[in-house]
Amino acid sequence: MLYAILCYSNEDEVMAWSKAEDDAVMERLQGVIGRVAQQGRLGPTARLLPTTSATTLRKGKSEPLVMDGPFAETKEQLLGFYIIDCEKLEDAHDFARELTEANHAPGSYEIRPVGFFQQGVVTDGSAVATLPAQRTAAE
Amino acid sequence: MNDPAWMDAAFAAARPKAVAALLRYFRDLDTAEEAFQEACLRALRKWPENGPPRDPAAWLIMVGRNAGLDGKRRDKRFTELPPEHQLSDLDDPEGGMVDRLDQADYRDDILRLLFVCCHPDLPATQQIALALRIVSGLSVRQIARAFLVNEKAMEQRITRAKARVAAAGVPFDTPAPAERAERLETVLAMIYLVFNEGYSASGGEIEARQPLCNEAIRLARLILRMYPAEPEVMGLTALMLLQHARSAARFDQNGSIILLDMQDRGLWNPKMITEGLALVDKAFRHRRPGPYQLQAAIAALHARAARPEDTDWREIDVLYAMLEEITDSPVVTLNRAVAVSKAYGLDQALALIEPLAERLDGYFNYHGVRGAFLQQQGRADEARTAFNRAIALAGSAAEADHIRSHLDSLEKVAANAG
Repeated sequence: MLYAILCYSNEDEVMAWSKAEDDAVMERLQGVIGRVAQQGRLGPTARLLPTTSATTLRKGKSEPLVMDGPFAETKEQLLGFYIIDCEKLEDAHDFARELTEANHAPGSYEIRPVGFFQQGVVTDGSAVATLPAQRTAAE
Repeated sequence: MNDPAWMDAAFAAARPKAVAALLRYFRDLDTAEEAFQEACLRALRKWPENGPPRDPAAWLIMVGRNAGLDGKRRDKRFTELPPEHQLSDLDDPEGGMVDRLDQADYRDDILRLLFVCCHPDLPATQQIALALRIVSGLSVRQIARAFLVNEKAMEQRITRAKARVAAAGVPFDTPAPAERAERLETVLAMIYLVFNEGYSASGGEIEARQPLCNEAIRLARLILRMYPAEPEVMGLTALMLLQHARSAARFDQNGSIILLDMQDRGLWNPKMITEGLALVDKAFRHRRPGPYQLQAAIAALHARAARPEDTDWREIDVLYAMLEEITDSPVVTLNRAVAVSKAYGLDQALALIEPLAERLDGYFNYHGVRGAFLQQQGRADEARTAFNRAIALAGSAAEADHIRSHLDSLEKVAANAG
């Protein structure tokens, strides 16, 4: 089984850390994830840049709207995420717009630049949530 | 959870909100600051015991408010006792506070706190010192170090500034939209001053002054959180991030300036650049370009160029032309001329700055830029005259050194030719 671990914290406080503190935390975290990575169990890792750099694409009745700032509703829940390489913010918005066309369920996409990224590799393919029948077919 | 580093970060993060709210409450900077200090002291005792509060800023505001009230009663020798629930440190004081203090309250409070630091009677250096002391919470020693003065002198400077602000009275009305926009503009200018205090440092000053750049970026992000849809706030934040991103590449071992063309771009900070680029793109979506956005967009084009020769100078020229229209500043035209020289050639660049000769005659960089153009055209004598004039006008040793290196290269060429 694959699990996503989503990190929540008080941004003000994390941003008040000195560089030395930040580096120390990152190093301790690397110690933890390094172990799992060696076992081939760690997928992509990302640390996001501040919410002040975020925009949010809100699906509406008509055209989806781009708004400034992070996703702020509490009525909706985080259901998934994508990581995409884009030259311009506009390209990321375009991609998110295509997603809204493919998925009409109401909701939002928050678009936030990534500050730290590690590709990671999960070596056991069967970890992915697929039906046993599909797995056999793939093999 | 009695890790002091964690608590320090929590205090620093909560400080602008908390001091701003306490200033609204007490209408006096000193009382607000003391109340915040007292709240932090109580937090140092309470938080390790009870665990950290859910909303540290709200906790500090509530406890600070009670502490400030106690102080006022003591000072005035009030005899009546306030109700018990107001005097004691409540177990969970933030509960109701969070509902009452929504983002909009904080927004005007924080803007007011920064705005009182920008009082027009205060010279720029005092505005900056006051903001760093009160909003950022830097110690007098840290600020004195950044301004290269002794602690006592800085203490006096801040005390004088506070007295002036107190005499002027703090604007406590909730500002109307036009006034809010005006306050915002003043505050952004002050934040950029803080940044430039750090950014303009060179040589041995760098270590002491560069933290001011981080502080300015922190303040800008704070304002941006409060005003998420203001493109100029995005622009200023982006501008500072993109400039600061180059800091590791801007000086050689002797502390002399390395020009953009010559910088090792591998030393640029990719995280700051990514954030800056996203903010520039975000700002321009609003189609309300302003001076900070345009300068940030120019910095963004430099940041996007992997090598100097990949720089999109034509686009930079277009952005400078827009900036020229908004600011009507000859210095902008001078900067534009550098882009023009790369995009269209030296003749056009020299023609562009020729009309500035009178207005910029006392400006070191005018002669420096002009000298560099003349030198590239092979007009060595004229270039030498311009460089000598620039050295005479240089404001710092680093500036003079930089021009001298141009002169040296002129001499080398002359020697080789001869």
